[in-house]
Amino acid sequence: MFSVKNLVKKYPTGQMALKGCSVDIDKAQIVSIFGPSGAGKSTFIRCINRLVEPTSGEVYLDDVEITSLKGRELHKARRQMGMIFQEYNLIERLTVMENVLSGRLGYVSFLQAMFRRFPKESIDEAFYLLERVGLAGYHNQRADALSGGQRQRVGIIRALIQHPKILLVDEPTSGLDPKTAMIIMQLIKDLAKEKDIPAIVNIHDVALGQRYADRIIGLTEGKIVFDGPPAEVSEETLTMIYGEEDWSKTIRKVEDEEE
Amino acid sequence: MSTSSLSTVWKRDHFIKNPWIRWTIIIAGTAYIIFALNDIHFDMQRMREGWPRAVDFFHRMVPPDFSRWPMIQKGVLESLQMAVIATTVSIILAIPLSLGAARNISIKWVYLLSRAFVVIARSFPPIIVAIIFVKAFGFGPFPGILTLAFTALGFMGKLLGEAIENIDPGQVEAVRATGANWFKVQLYGVAPQVMPRYVGLSIYLLDINLRASTIIGIVGAGGIGGALFNAFHRYEYDTAFAILLVIIVIVLGMEFISSKVRGRLQ
Repeated sequence: MFSVKNLVKKYPTGQMALKGCSVDIDKAQIVSIFGPSGAGKSTFIRCINRLVEPTSGEVYLDDVEITSLKGRELHKARRQMGMIFQEYNLIERLTVMENVLSGRLGYVSFLQAMFRRFPKESIDEAFYLLERVGLAGYHNQRADALSGGQRQRVGIIRALIQHPKILLVDEPTSGLDPKTAMIIMQLIKDLAKEKDIPAIVNIHDVALGQRYADRIIGLTEGKIVFDGPPAEVSEETLTMIYGEEDWSKTIRKVEDEEE
Repeated sequence: MSTSSLSTVWKRDHFIKNPWIRWTIIIAGTAYIIFALNDIHFDMQRMREGWPRAVDFFHRMVPPDFSRWPMIQKGVLESLQMAVIATTVSIILAIPLSLGAARNISIKWVYLLSRAFVVIARSFPPIIVAIIFVKAFGFGPFPGILTLAFTALGFMGKLLGEAIENIDPGQVEAVRATGANWFKVQLYGVAPQVMPRYVGLSIYLLDINLRASTIIGIVGAGGIGGALFNAFHRYEYDTAFAILLVIIVIVLGMEFISSKVRGRLQ
């Protein structure tokens, strides 16, 4: 279904952001990537859809090898991968509807995009999704008039309307309050299950990541140091990923909630 | 109690810290201004003699003479046409130019080429450009329009290019991630972010072109400037004044419209 083989990224500055990462995802699951700031989480996710060019390695999405694609083929591959961003990255001056429909840019012509003549099915789907995430009636609001949680919901549907085969999610909750953060994570999880697609979620909130993930990957200094189910994440695991610290409280909190 | 730490004198550092360099600049600057004043014979004698002539000149300008209205009207309309055409052409061409002149969008050689064009277009005032184009293409509004469009492109290429360099890269990244090609990325990722600036600059440009179109006629590049120059030349100061009044009214009108439009842009 999806597979990354020996991905390496060396920046022109000489910094090795990824030192050969391999991941296989063979079912629709939520994969949380843990790791300290600068561990290469963002680079990893961006090398998959090539917003950042990987130095070497291979990425397969349904048997299509992505790192070697060019031009039109790359654009086609990108539209099969929905991305959700840390700072939402909505087009601030455009309306909610235009933002949602921008998820269809890979499918429409330049003139259709310019004159906002999107196919009726896309518009219908946009209305349906807006209602699904609780933003019915907001379609003509400008994106910069929304709150953080509302923006991220728009970000989520912009990714979903692409009809992606995978979701790439980069720190979706970092600017949000704890309750909104949970709502957003639940929404991503529910929608990914609904569409039956996997999601790779970079997240630095350990408790949140554990709670919503089916699988945890630990990334430290460009290397994968842990790959397993959330239940196997121990204090030793967190020390391995983040370094020495008293992790007992971080983990216990999760267990308490699950009782 | 020790007072030594309380009684220290504090002085702000000089802008130029080295006293030798500082005083050299002050003395050399003063010396040059004195030299320059002497060199161009700026003297009170000439001021005193010239003043009555200036008063006489203004007396001969009033009342303004609108008797040659058809000629004035033709010139003014021609200036207006030149300004509108030149502005339209330059704001369209400014789009590819400013994308080329924006480091974050462009590729290296396109960037250098666009920047070189901008630097050249901005280094000459319109009147000099007009002289060159009149020599090349002959008299009339055609070289005038070329002049206005050329200088306007320099202006737009620089300011719009800089606006594009300052956009939020996150929004561009998000549009790229949808699988949009280069053109659609410009349309959704870049254009909405610089649109208010683009409209504002375009209106300002029409303003600038309108002013410039009244002056480049002096060197034969069409518009009302030629008529103005001829009126002064023939000592018809009252006609010249009528022309000046019309120019002032147009410029004020433009000012009014542009402030209205810019007020409506957020």
